[in-house]
Amino acid sequence: MELLFTMLIPLILAGTALYAMARRVDVYDALLCGAKDGLSVLLRIVPALVALLPAVYMLRASGALELAAEALGPVLSALGIPAETVGLMLVRPVSGSTALGVGAELISSYGPDSLVGRTAAVMLGSTETTFYTIAVYFGAAGIVKTRYAVPAALCADLAGFLAAAWAVRLLFPA
Amino acid sequence: MAMAAIWTGMVVVSILCGLARGAGPQVAAAAMEGAGAAVELCLAMAGVLCLWMGVMEVMRRSGLAEGLSRLLRPVLRVLYPDFARDREVMDSISANVSANLLGLGNAATPLGMRAAQLMSRRSPGVASDSLCMLVVCNTASIQLIPTTVAGVRVAAGCQTPFDILPAVWLASVLSVSTGILAARLFSRVWR
Repeated sequence: MELLFTMLIPLILAGTALYAMARRVDVYDALLCGAKDGLSVLLRIVPALVALLPAVYMLRASGALELAAEALGPVLSALGIPAETVGLMLVRPVSGSTALGVGAELISSYGPDSLVGRTAAVMLGSTETTFYTIAVYFGAAGIVKTRYAVPAALCADLAGFLAAAWAVRLLFPA
Repeated sequence: MAMAAIWTGMVVVSILCGLARGAGPQVAAAAMEGAGAAVELCLAMAGVLCLWMGVMEVMRRSGLAEGLSRLLRPVLRVLYPDFARDREVMDSISANVSANLLGLGNAATPLGMRAAQLMSRRSPGVASDSLCMLVVCNTASIQLIPTTVAGVRVAAGCQTPFDILPAVWLASVLSVSTGILAARLFSRVWR
């Protein structure tokens, strides 16, 4: 099982290439085009991270994040969520790049294979920037009365955070 | 403007909190350190991110997204009963979901917006149950391979950046199901 997940990525690479060859797609050209798109994604992330990481580092150095973690710690640990991730959970629905900055800081300072680092990574990977998405979709459709969309979306976020913490504990027992 | 308030708030809170706890010098140093760390992070994750964007482009060109859409259609008819017979809406929704699954965010958003516009014709200005369902499903992440996160883990020195995949899938499934359940439940009581 573990070998399967280690080999999953190379297997996806090979599978995709073989399938594309069978469909007569120029695999190499597509790879290069996609990689170039990757650079433009990066180019969009760089300014946001350069603005946000100093603010995140300052928050951390000031002890404000620790205070928040201490305040909410008992509730969070009762739910099985590492208290260190409190900042990430607060910004995740509001701003994608801020969440990426906060998450990257947790992953690098606690280590990518630590409980906190893994939980932060799974939280980032299994949730979205809820308020941004709601604004874009309802804006496009000209919706004024959003009814229960916001509370239902926040329920999904909350479930995502809880599930992320539980899944990491379950799949990576310390 | 929301981001302006968030950013300013973060900086002001750190300065006040840092001064109150006697950590002023550390806060000052952290600002410069963060700017450098941002560029290092981007450089370190560039490789993984670009490689996966390349693989996704191969998947897109080989028609994997259309195949996924066809597989998803029966499930989506159950989720959006009011539009099950509307070909145009169902096409947009299934293309939106399959683009989301493959992590093609740039393709998924316009498709979802089109579905939202088409749906809103029946009830202008008010979010119908189906439209709420569409939005809730899009606010929950269902990306099969979270490339940016994997890039961040590689940047932090991780050897096996994708070992969190089963955990991500489990958390995503629970999160999306909760959203769908909540939307169905609220639709009965919220008028």
